[in-house]
Amino acid sequence: MSTIPPFETFYAEQRAIVLAVLRKRLGGDRADDAFQETFLRALAAYGRLRNAENLRGWVLTIAERVAIDTRRRTRPTTEVPELAHEDARPPYEELGELTDDLPATERAAVVLRYGYDLTYDQIAAALGSNATAARQAASAGVRRLRARSEP
Amino acid sequence: MTVTPDLDNRFRDAAARLGLLDAAYDVVESPLGDLLVAATDRGLLRISYDADPNLELERLARLAGPRVLRAPRAVDPVRRELDEYFDRRRDAFDLALDLRGLTPFSARVLGELARVPYGRTATYGELAARAGRPGAARAVGTVMNRNPIPIVLPCHRIVGAGGALVGYGGGLARKELLLRLEGALLA
Repeated sequence: MSTIPPFETFYAEQRAIVLAVLRKRLGGDRADDAFQETFLRALAAYGRLRNAENLRGWVLTIAERVAIDTRRRTRPTTEVPELAHEDARPPYEELGELTDDLPATERAAVVLRYGYDLTYDQIAAALGSNATAARQAASAGVRRLRARSEP
Repeated sequence: MTVTPDLDNRFRDAAARLGLLDAAYDVVESPLGDLLVAATDRGLLRISYDADPNLELERLARLAGPRVLRAPRAVDPVRRELDEYFDRRRDAFDLALDLRGLTPFSARVLGELARVPYGRTATYGELAARAGRPGAARAVGTVMNRNPIPIVLPCHRIVGAGGALVGYGGGLARKELLLRLEGALLA
């Protein structure tokens, strides 16, 4: 258990990757708005954080949620250009695409659990629910993915 | 991915405007060097000389809470009054102060300190007596040395019994400069 760093330190360390992830998911302008929203949500929850392990996973979880909300709210005016595939993509990116059409909560739970390796407690904190509900959402998401991939 | 200054500032402004911060800070330029100035929703919390930002942020977080963010707009009123003071256009500060974390004795001494007028000095012993603890000059010296809001709480106006400057948390050169600025020492 480590102490929570001052928000400035956390923000300075995580802002670049958060913006990069949001740009990939949403494209330019929407990513800027989502960036602000992500860190405002993080700020709102920051006072209640109890441990500083995996702050990156935590904030990327929030970014993921914001991206989902943004996509649901808005349609892109132009298609986001498909980025060149890299050989080693982080698991959260692959999962992000794979789970695109899951219900929002299930998708967030699956991505956070298996893409970012967060605990159910952390996921619950990010989703504003509890660990049991987070576990159920992740299992439901995985079942749905399995069912879909069966012939 | 570089976050542009515009995007960065938008977030910092929004965070302060929405009242989501435990403490906002910025670095303010002054004739005494850069000052790290921090404020909360209760008022001015801290002014630091020669601040090591990392240490200072940790300190602010312990004092006010972890949501500490540089947010220039939030300290604009303090910046404005300090600028006026250093331009000799202001001889009293009109700022709310956040004095959390102080012992009752320190709070009482700093309360008396705030009443020592611009351009005047008082001795450590006098200040001790005004705070109801005659003879506690040494303890008052300690409170001055740990003054969380120098300049605005004018510990530079407190001198030794013989008029010697004695000491200053920001270094004697700064104390002398402040007293000269106020005309309390001959230029």
